[in-house]
Amino acid sequence: MPLAGEWLVGPGLLSAADWVALFTHFLMLSLLAIGGAITTLPDMHRLVVADRGWLSHAEFTASVALAQAAPGPNVLFVAVIGFNVGGLAGVAATMVGTLLPSTTLALFAARLGQRYRASRGLRSVTSGLAPLTIGLLVATGWILLEPLRSTLDSARLWAGVLLVLATVALMVRTKVSPLWPIGAGALAGILGLV
Amino acid sequence: MAEQTAAPRSAGELFNVFTWLALQGFGGVLPVAQRELVDRQRWLSREQFLEMLSVAQVLPGPNIVNLALMIGDRFFGWRGAFAAMAGILLAPLVLVLVLAVLAKQAQGLPALGGAVNGALRGMGFVASGLILAMAFKLSLSLRGNPLGLAGCAVLFALTVLSVGWLRWPLATTVLGLGPAATALAWWRLRP
Repeated sequence: MPLAGEWLVGPGLLSAADWVALFTHFLMLSLLAIGGAITTLPDMHRLVVADRGWLSHAEFTASVALAQAAPGPNVLFVAVIGFNVGGLAGVAATMVGTLLPSTTLALFAARLGQRYRASRGLRSVTSGLAPLTIGLLVATGWILLEPLRSTLDSARLWAGVLLVLATVALMVRTKVSPLWPIGAGALAGILGLV
Repeated sequence: MAEQTAAPRSAGELFNVFTWLALQGFGGVLPVAQRELVDRQRWLSREQFLEMLSVAQVLPGPNIVNLALMIGDRFFGWRGAFAAMAGILLAPLVLVLVLAVLAKQAQGLPALGGAVNGALRGMGFVASGLILAMAFKLSLSLRGNPLGLAGCAVLFALTVLSVGWLRWPLATTVLGLGPAATALAWWRLRP
């Protein structure tokens, strides 16, 4: 049973300067989140796993997987990463950081945006950023496959690749709920197939 | 044709409807939002919904949260915006944190730890597949893009390379490629 303190501030990995870095990094990412919060995942991974080592690859991916399996907006993966890094204080730092700048901007810009949505300027921004958004999604998918690279025996490696491809095909070709592939993935993991 | 025929009676009703639709949204809330707000509640016509969505997508930040803010603001100003945003975030946030705590507890138990780790590992690969599928579906909408297929392909490749492979900071990529892409689109859209 973890101490109450661990629920509040996590496993105690972060110094005061780290807390400031965590919060300001997510503040900045908020305004770079073109096409949704998930497009900032590669940069969160860079800070939390590669630079600071607050979470391992597997812990990071597991945080995202858990959020995907639960209902609600995709942005909640940020809360789970925050929780695993720094408990409830981590949730507050990452979620407030992620939401404050973008929601403030949305409230002020929404009325203007609706008036000018057919203008050349706004159409240039939307169509110009579209290929970047898709590129960021592919990079996100790629980074979530990181734990696959630690699979040494080739049977599990190919089973993992097959699971990813089957998920893509199912989501593109059919209208079934994502809960089915998520359940299948969990089962394959429990049985040690991937 | 779905027409707007109704409006929420209070900020409280906004909060309830957004809570309910968020809790139905597995793997994305957007399709549920369209069904609840346009087809069932009739607070918005299909056209109004699409217009708001396109603006919500240009703005940085989570699209569905931006959309909730805009819809709440439309009916009850700041109070409505706050109620809709709280509705879409609060209940799912509590739920996912409870799941995170339970997963952490179970990982510590010898009997359950291996199974939970395995399940999370398998679900992680599926999460990757879900996001790649979303990228594929969105890429179909690039067909009419003023950048042209070649322009889109180059920008896409540079983004994947810098963020996914070289692991450059997102700011470098978005602030470097974004203005260039916008300028090219602006030039292509000249009358």
